[in-house]
Amino acid sequence: MAKHKTNGANGGETVIRVRELVSGFHGVPVLKGVNFEIRHGEVIGLVGASGGGKSVLTRSLIGLLPKWSGTIEVFERDIDKLEERERQAIERRWGVLFQGGALFSSLTVRQNVQFPMRENLNLSSRLLEEIALAKLEMVGLRRDVLDKMPSELSGGMVKRVALARALALDPEILFLDEPTSGLDPISAGDFDALIMALQETLGLTVFMVTHDLDSLYTACDRIIALADGKIIADGPIETMLEAEHPWLKSYFHGARAQSRSGVAA
Amino acid sequence: MAAEALLHVRVEGRRLVLDAAGGWVAARASEIEALVEGVFRKQPAVDAVEINLAHLERLDTVGAWLIERLRRGAASVKLPAEFVGADPRFKVLLDEVAISNKEPPHPHPKKGALYELLEHVGIGVVEAGKDFSSVMQFTGEVVVASGRVLLAPMRLRFTSIVHHLDRVGLRAVPIIVLINFLIGAILAQQGIFHFRRFGAETFVVDMVGILVLREVGVLIVSIMLAGRSGSAYTAELGSMKMREEMDALRVMGFDPVEVLILPRLIALVVALPLLTIIGSLAALVGGGLVAWVYGGFPPEVFIDRLREAVTVDTVKVGMIKAPFMAAVIGLISCVEGLRVEGSAESLGEHTTNSVVKSIFLVIVLDGFFAVFFAAIGI
Repeated sequence: MAKHKTNGANGGETVIRVRELVSGFHGVPVLKGVNFEIRHGEVIGLVGASGGGKSVLTRSLIGLLPKWSGTIEVFERDIDKLEERERQAIERRWGVLFQGGALFSSLTVRQNVQFPMRENLNLSSRLLEEIALAKLEMVGLRRDVLDKMPSELSGGMVKRVALARALALDPEILFLDEPTSGLDPISAGDFDALIMALQETLGLTVFMVTHDLDSLYTACDRIIALADGKIIADGPIETMLEAEHPWLKSYFHGARAQSRSGVAA
Repeated sequence: MAAEALLHVRVEGRRLVLDAAGGWVAARASEIEALVEGVFRKQPAVDAVEINLAHLERLDTVGAWLIERLRRGAASVKLPAEFVGADPRFKVLLDEVAISNKEPPHPHPKKGALYELLEHVGIGVVEAGKDFSSVMQFTGEVVVASGRVLLAPMRLRFTSIVHHLDRVGLRAVPIIVLINFLIGAILAQQGIFHFRRFGAETFVVDMVGILVLREVGVLIVSIMLAGRSGSAYTAELGSMKMREEMDALRVMGFDPVEVLILPRLIALVVALPLLTIIGSLAALVGGGLVAWVYGGFPPEVFIDRLREAVTVDTVKVGMIKAPFMAAVIGLISCVEGLRVEGSAESLGEHTTNSVVKSIFLVIVLDGFFAVFFAAIGI
């Protein structure tokens, strides 16, 4: 797949700015001063060793984990200084795809996708039906999944439905937590292509946590590497390949990466 | 809030020009839908439709879909429609929604209320039949596993039995004592209160003694264990089933029934009669205490009356039921545990089923025992 570098890069407005972020669990700091910016239209891949703070960073960004110090600005607004209403308004401008999908198990696929729209927008029931189906068709699902329960879906379908739900409110930023984990390589490739297509169509900014080298090569404009609570590298895939940090070296030049190196060169 | 959404409709010669302007976004969906709705209500006297998007400022999926509806509206009255002046960004989104909602929705077959009622009853009957056969099948497996263990007693997992005895037996003692004590006290209080009217207070001792030893002691203990230990068995076995632990045991050459279920059943069958004894004693103490404080019988009188009222048969009748109750609770909770499938909802559902079915069957079984003992005259 051809790499697309049409969006983002330089010039776009900053949608997320993180400064000196410190956060952790149970009194143990996991993130020790993290700084980065994400501009409009970029597709960012976050990599890092297990336990290196990827989840803590993502959860801090979307407000699920209180941070200890530092600032996070989303759409040029410091999220600590927002009132409840403003905060909710900002939360509606991002969509989150959780690793396990996090579909509401008691609702059908249709109800899952309709839920954010039903709660936040004033849509007629006909429009609600049509938009829900349009979203599901955008993520490559068909009408016959509408009335299924999440427990009846395969892993790949769960991810797609969860993506449709994350896209329900036409978010500007999409957070993806390991979007291709648990998918076979073909489905994972399809999912990457889908994210890229949607990113282009809807003008999304995408922040994905991933371990999948293929996703990093094909889908990401820029990669942020996290180790020991700090950012050790930030840049396109070429920067990662040239980096001297031992973890990055073994990650991008290890046995599993060898098969890709021909493509990258 | 986005800029206002507008739709100017005008006729230019034989062309209908629809000029969409402003912000066509989800927040304004109801207004836009109203605008779109009216356009093709009556056949316009034109030959072609032009949808002008040059003045569109913002567009999201909902807006794009409503524009697509306009286009389909034109198609439905057999007019060719074309987009004019669309921003390339919007064009991609328009193309994307153009391919959606192609098939007409499936008609929902409407069934009558009576039909649905009968359908539910039928499903219920079939399920009950399946329940029965799976309990029978499982009982068979347990018997076979017990047989194997009897032939080779070294295979019995003694440590596991002791562990489960501690959990379902010893640790249940405080709550069983408390509940039975209260039940005994309430029985005595009610008895004294009502018997006093016809001066038959002393018969309270007979009533409490017989009721507790024959029925209430064992029933309360069984119900408590069904809720406390039966549910725990179902949840444990169910989560093991979910995480393929059962399959792991099987491929290592162990029989899950022998390793996991037999120790649990044995522990329950041993613990329940023991707890029944403790529980019944607690109920008698509770009854005696109330009789003393509220009814004015000193403990010596209570014990004397009890000796006259209660025979060894009464105790036997109560105790003989205990292991059967334990077996029913154990079998049901293990069967339900083994029927758990992949999801967490299934685990919750089967745990609930396990408790409901165990308590129901415990009471049914008690009824059968009552009929049986009446027939043999005890």
